[in-house]
Amino acid sequence: MGFDIQAELPKLLWLGIGVAAFLAVIGLLLVIVDRGPRCRRDWWQAACFLTPAGVLLVVGLLYPVVRTTVLSVRDRGGTAWVGLDNYAWMLTQPEILLVLRNTLLWVLFAPLLATAIGLAYAVLVDRSRYEAVAKSMLFMPMAISFVGASIIWKFVYTYRPAGTDQIGLLNQVVVWLGGEPRQWLLDQPLNTLLLIVVLIWIQAGFAMVVQSAAIKAVPDDIIEAARIDGVNAWQQFWRVTLPMIWPTVAVVLITISVQTLKVFDIVRTMTGGQFHTSVIANEMYNQAFRYGELGRGSALAVVLFVLVIPLVLVQIANTRRTREAR
Amino acid sequence: MASIRLAGVSKVYPDRTAAVSELALDITEGEFLVLVGPSGCGKTTALRMIAGLEEISSGTLTIGDRVVNRVPARDRDVAMVFQSYALYPHLTVRDNIAFGLQLRKMPKAEIAKRVEQAAETLGLTEHLDRRPRNLSGGQRQRVAMGRAIVRKPHAFLMDEPLSNLDAKLRVQMRAEISRIQRDLGVTTVYVTHDQVEAMTLGDRVAVLKKGVLQQVAPPQELYDRPTNIFVAGFIGSPSMNLLQARLEADTGTTGARLRLGEQTLAVPAALLAERPRLRDYIGHDVAVGIRPEDMEDAELVDTPDDSALTSTTDLVEALGSEILLHFQLDAPPVVTEDTKELARDVGADHLDAASRKSDIIARCSPRSRTKSGDPLRVRVDTTRLYFFDPETGAGIWGDPSSAYQHKEESHA
Repeated sequence: MGFDIQAELPKLLWLGIGVAAFLAVIGLLLVIVDRGPRCRRDWWQAACFLTPAGVLLVVGLLYPVVRTTVLSVRDRGGTAWVGLDNYAWMLTQPEILLVLRNTLLWVLFAPLLATAIGLAYAVLVDRSRYEAVAKSMLFMPMAISFVGASIIWKFVYTYRPAGTDQIGLLNQVVVWLGGEPRQWLLDQPLNTLLLIVVLIWIQAGFAMVVQSAAIKAVPDDIIEAARIDGVNAWQQFWRVTLPMIWPTVAVVLITISVQTLKVFDIVRTMTGGQFHTSVIANEMYNQAFRYGELGRGSALAVVLFVLVIPLVLVQIANTRRTREAR
Repeated sequence: MASIRLAGVSKVYPDRTAAVSELALDITEGEFLVLVGPSGCGKTTALRMIAGLEEISSGTLTIGDRVVNRVPARDRDVAMVFQSYALYPHLTVRDNIAFGLQLRKMPKAEIAKRVEQAAETLGLTEHLDRRPRNLSGGQRQRVAMGRAIVRKPHAFLMDEPLSNLDAKLRVQMRAEISRIQRDLGVTTVYVTHDQVEAMTLGDRVAVLKKGVLQQVAPPQELYDRPTNIFVAGFIGSPSMNLLQARLEADTGTTGARLRLGEQTLAVPAALLAERPRLRDYIGHDVAVGIRPEDMEDAELVDTPDDSALTSTTDLVEALGSEILLHFQLDAPPVVTEDTKELARDVGADHLDAASRKSDIIARCSPRSRTKSGDPLRVRVDTTRLYFFDPETGAGIWGDPSSAYQHKEESHA
């Protein structure tokens, strides 16, 4: 496992070439922009800067969307037209209905709880003495990958038979309280909720940081005016602070909702979708890449895509409204 | 409605800077009291302590007959108008005004009635369903006023409420605030930097300097009998000319002579009789104050030699109804801690103790023909000279039992 600098050199060389290529492309782009025609210069500039991004978007997003949609109405090999069979299969197969139900559970609980916990935390530590420390504690999990977090929480939920030493934190606590250790990840729907906890653990920090910034942006004068108008701490929050930071809360809710819809790593790492915990993204992966059901997998992907669209639209409308309000 | 009483109220911050020191004020029921002073003088801090937004370090604050040092802002029953208006952006004008009443669980019908009434008074009726961001500055100001008046509070507290408005609107709102306050008869404490607001609005005006109360008196008295150089220099615009001079006995009459560099002015015997303490300064240096409006171009009025000063016109500022003449006199300016503070307030740092010359401004009739560079002769109304102790800066007036002397002047 020694680190042999000699053996790594080619990689470093490639890295250097990559960076140089990147700089060369940017430089070339700037030169082209500069050399452009004198008239309609704004169009020329827009074209130069938007084209690379546009090309990447088409190649990386638009084409796959079209291709996936086409595949979703074909058979498992992606060759024969089957109409809406794959979608019909999805809505009739009990396992897949369960997957849809699980995804619904995720979307119902994770964004709401993560946002609420983040908000409550932001309000409670606001202007307290150890605010910075307290906030970084909650924010830290953001730095961990979903897979890493899942492994940590898998240990938390680990089961050892009663009478033996528990290595899982949760079971140890249960034992301390005089209970029997249990297999947390086996029983549905509890297991799905326990997986949701992991996502909340990761996302609450993000929710807290963003909402804390919004709370701090509420002018002191308005808070003081409210105090003189007669609010107590509770009314202060519900009638002044929350309505004023609502656009931010909405952004956080939607961002986490999109994250939640796409959740894959946590389920894959902790249960692999077994014990009735699978979600759309995991099922899509299984169908398309493990069972070789390209059509069904694509259909699931399309459903996921369609579910995300309204959230994105709300997000855009929200951003536009906030901008107009200013 | 209630009286407000501050007894020895101080505010000391944790870093031991004192924002307000031993402030004593008795504000009677229905009175309009203005707190005025240069920025950083502690006037806003004093107001915020009355509001309950700032903790009181020591002393006693009484509203009505209740000591409220430890009473939270929401239970003090005072209403505040902020410089920024501090309207709730997410609420309509109607809800902004009604907010305080809704919190007090007032019946809906009563709230509606009061809001309509307040909107009527302030001319906001057609704007009730709009949001603050769609209103002009003046309208927002009115909403802030409306929010204060519907509560029918013990007191109005206003923190520079007009300073974000343009000049014309400010004059209009000033009159409106005065009218509303008089109609409702609510005790009002009003903080401002603007002495015109202070003079026009206040039943009494309290002048603060670095957290210390200098004088509290009705506006005219503040102007006529400032308790010290600071008040004298702060009240009045353009501000009082302050010069170092020497008071000399006048052997010919019962009066005295005031030596300003090479020139002298006669100090009338009547003035000396009215302010007997001045006799103690004969043969000594004094700080003398001459208001710009107590001077006139000598060409236009009958001018005895012993009440005229000569110089050269530096600058003529014509304002239509009057002109401001700038010139120099061969007398050093008064340099004390007070005059330095005043200079700092107007952003001037050229106060030079070593200078032998002072810049003087006279406010004259527009009929004056003088131009810059012309020799100038100015008539000084010597009966209206102000005298101050050059060391302490205290005003030299009659004995304290004089009928005109207000009791608060003893603070000096």
